[in-house]
Amino acid sequence: MTAMVKTRGGAGAGLSAGLSDDVVIGWLRDMVLIREFELRTMSAYQQAKIGGFCHIYIGQEAAVVGTFGAVEHDDPVVTAYRDHGHALARGMSPDVCMAEMFGKITGCAKGKGGSMHMFDRPNWLFGGHGIVGAQTPMGAGLAFGARYEWEVMGRGKKKVCLCYLGDGALNQGALHEAMNMAGILSIPVIYIVENNGYSMGTAIDRGTTMADKLWKKAEAYGIEHRTIDGFDVCSLYDEFRPFVDVLRDEQRPGFVDLKTYRYQGHSMSDPQKYRTKEEVAGHQEKDCLDRHAHHLMSERGCLSEDAFKEMQKDAKEQVKEAVAFAEGSAAPTVEGELYSDVYANPQKNLSPVRDYAHGTKNPLQ
Amino acid sequence: MMSTLEMIDQQVHPAVGEWELPAFVEESAMPSREGDRVIQYREALREAMSEEMRRDQRVFLIGEEVAQYNGAYKVSQGMLEEFGEKRIIDSPISESGFAGMCIGAAMYGLRPIVEFMSWSFSLVAADPILNNAPKMLYMSGGQWGCPIVFRGNDGAGGQLGSTHSWCVEALFANVPGLKMAIPSNPYDAKGLLKTAIRDPDPVFFLESERMLGDKAHVPEEEYYVPFGRARVCREGDAVTLVSFGRPVQFCMEAAGQLAGEGIECEVLDMRTIRPLDIDSVIESVRKTGRVVVVDQSWPFAGISSEVITQVCERGFDWLDHQPVRVNAADVPTPYAKELESAYLPNTERIVAAVKKTVG
Repeated sequence: MTAMVKTRGGAGAGLSAGLSDDVVIGWLRDMVLIREFELRTMSAYQQAKIGGFCHIYIGQEAAVVGTFGAVEHDDPVVTAYRDHGHALARGMSPDVCMAEMFGKITGCAKGKGGSMHMFDRPNWLFGGHGIVGAQTPMGAGLAFGARYEWEVMGRGKKKVCLCYLGDGALNQGALHEAMNMAGILSIPVIYIVENNGYSMGTAIDRGTTMADKLWKKAEAYGIEHRTIDGFDVCSLYDEFRPFVDVLRDEQRPGFVDLKTYRYQGHSMSDPQKYRTKEEVAGHQEKDCLDRHAHHLMSERGCLSEDAFKEMQKDAKEQVKEAVAFAEGSAAPTVEGELYSDVYANPQKNLSPVRDYAHGTKNPLQ
Repeated sequence: MMSTLEMIDQQVHPAVGEWELPAFVEESAMPSREGDRVIQYREALREAMSEEMRRDQRVFLIGEEVAQYNGAYKVSQGMLEEFGEKRIIDSPISESGFAGMCIGAAMYGLRPIVEFMSWSFSLVAADPILNNAPKMLYMSGGQWGCPIVFRGNDGAGGQLGSTHSWCVEALFANVPGLKMAIPSNPYDAKGLLKTAIRDPDPVFFLESERMLGDKAHVPEEEYYVPFGRARVCREGDAVTLVSFGRPVQFCMEAAGQLAGEGIECEVLDMRTIRPLDIDSVIESVRKTGRVVVVDQSWPFAGISSEVITQVCERGFDWLDHQPVRVNAADVPTPYAKELESAYLPNTERIVAAVKKTVG
């Protein structure tokens, strides 16, 4: 994975045209991997190897890849439940991600979190959170923590937190409380609305006021904003990167209405009666992955058709191996894991049933 | 498949950064409760926070009116002056927002103290405090814990009516992953709060508006009251009176009255609800054969139900009478003085309950 692109530089200096070929090809590789991973996830889900709720990211790949490209590896990130793409693009191995969904001890949360709860401490991914909007105050807190660290404790550096949310979370009170606090306390959290047009089955204009002017929500809290097309990873980066740099430098919040689209249903159990096949097909015509591949092969000319095919083949292979890894991994044992990780300091008499204990070390640690 | 599974060290959990609990000592080795350094409960809380903030830069205090106003109940009086606005932070009236924000800050590595003006107001923050803080360590497979203290006033008694008189202990103690402390006096308020701030798990710290002005000797020196150890406030052999928080005071009054009638009660102040020092309760019940649990929350699925269940599970053979509970009346908290005082587990009701078990 090459998602952790190091692109230091002043505002406007690091625009995509000026990035190395490796970087922009790396973006495509990430997008291809996410797509292949999600296709495999869907079939594993259909085979009942994955349980619970499962939300597929296909169609939105550029959103996460382009925004991650504009930040540092140690900038904290937090997101909602459609989180497989975020985990992979942050650098989580497909093995560990798939194993989590299979409920195995080798998963990122040792099989205790599942599809909606991807946590990756080494890659500064603070979850996957299942309750709509719950991650938005948390995102403010991660940014607050980073700011506090250098401002009060005199260590660390200026960071931003990327806090992703779906357009459905726009109407949760938690977000509005969080945005107000971010505004009042000047907290460097950037709320990225992955606006795919639907909160589950409700089209955005049926559930959200000013659906075509979401930036007004940010204005209400004195937060600077951008509305960005999320279908072209390069132009997304070009617009987002300078925005991030300024917010990082001035340590204040931001808001992005990032237009995107999901091709699959809200979750795996969604018959999608709320939209037409033509609508989906229309969006697929401007597919973010095809567009970037075309750009690299035909416009920028840094990628051959063979190399692209090779990339796709590699991704398929990687994902196949991830499934094999997940299948071959052991389930968490009841004795070792059911009552572990409940308390960091598991004292006596916390439960009438039995004592808590520490379990096995997380595979990512 | 992973070849070997490495176990987490018993002392240093990687999910919560550096933490160090002090070496706890037995009650008999603690600094004396007798003395002439008499301060208020609220001052004891302030001392605990200030001492820990001087010790650890990661600790900060946030809440409504905690800074410029000096605290709605003056608990944080003077703290802004000492620690500055970056560490004593006035929040807008957004419990869900600032509780959730502090969970993120705790995950990042800080040690937030979140003041709810009243625990009654924490209900709008139910998702962060119940669905996130206590579950983070588990949900992340041991990657991130949530070392945070939520504290504020709990319980009725000030004629505030139903919405402002919540006793949240029964409701919240149900959730695994959190710890809950509920001091009944200034000495324990300081010692327990210092332990709460040092503990690497989320701690729900329940104070009482009715006790903030209570005065007692509080040692100036550093001391920590361990979680999970009840205190025997009064020894006796007739009935074991189990309580926590403000009703401990009513139990002591009742025990005094009953002693005049020749009934000697043993009064246990649990001090923490989770962990619950059931061992001390059983030890006492073995002596008395009788137990009355006094609990200011509602009776249905309450803390008293939990204590009595555990007594039955572990000490059934020692009981000479069925366990008895004294709770708040099973109604929304009333406003009128006469109704409110009948609603609370008062001395009169405790005396009657004890007499029932020995009668």
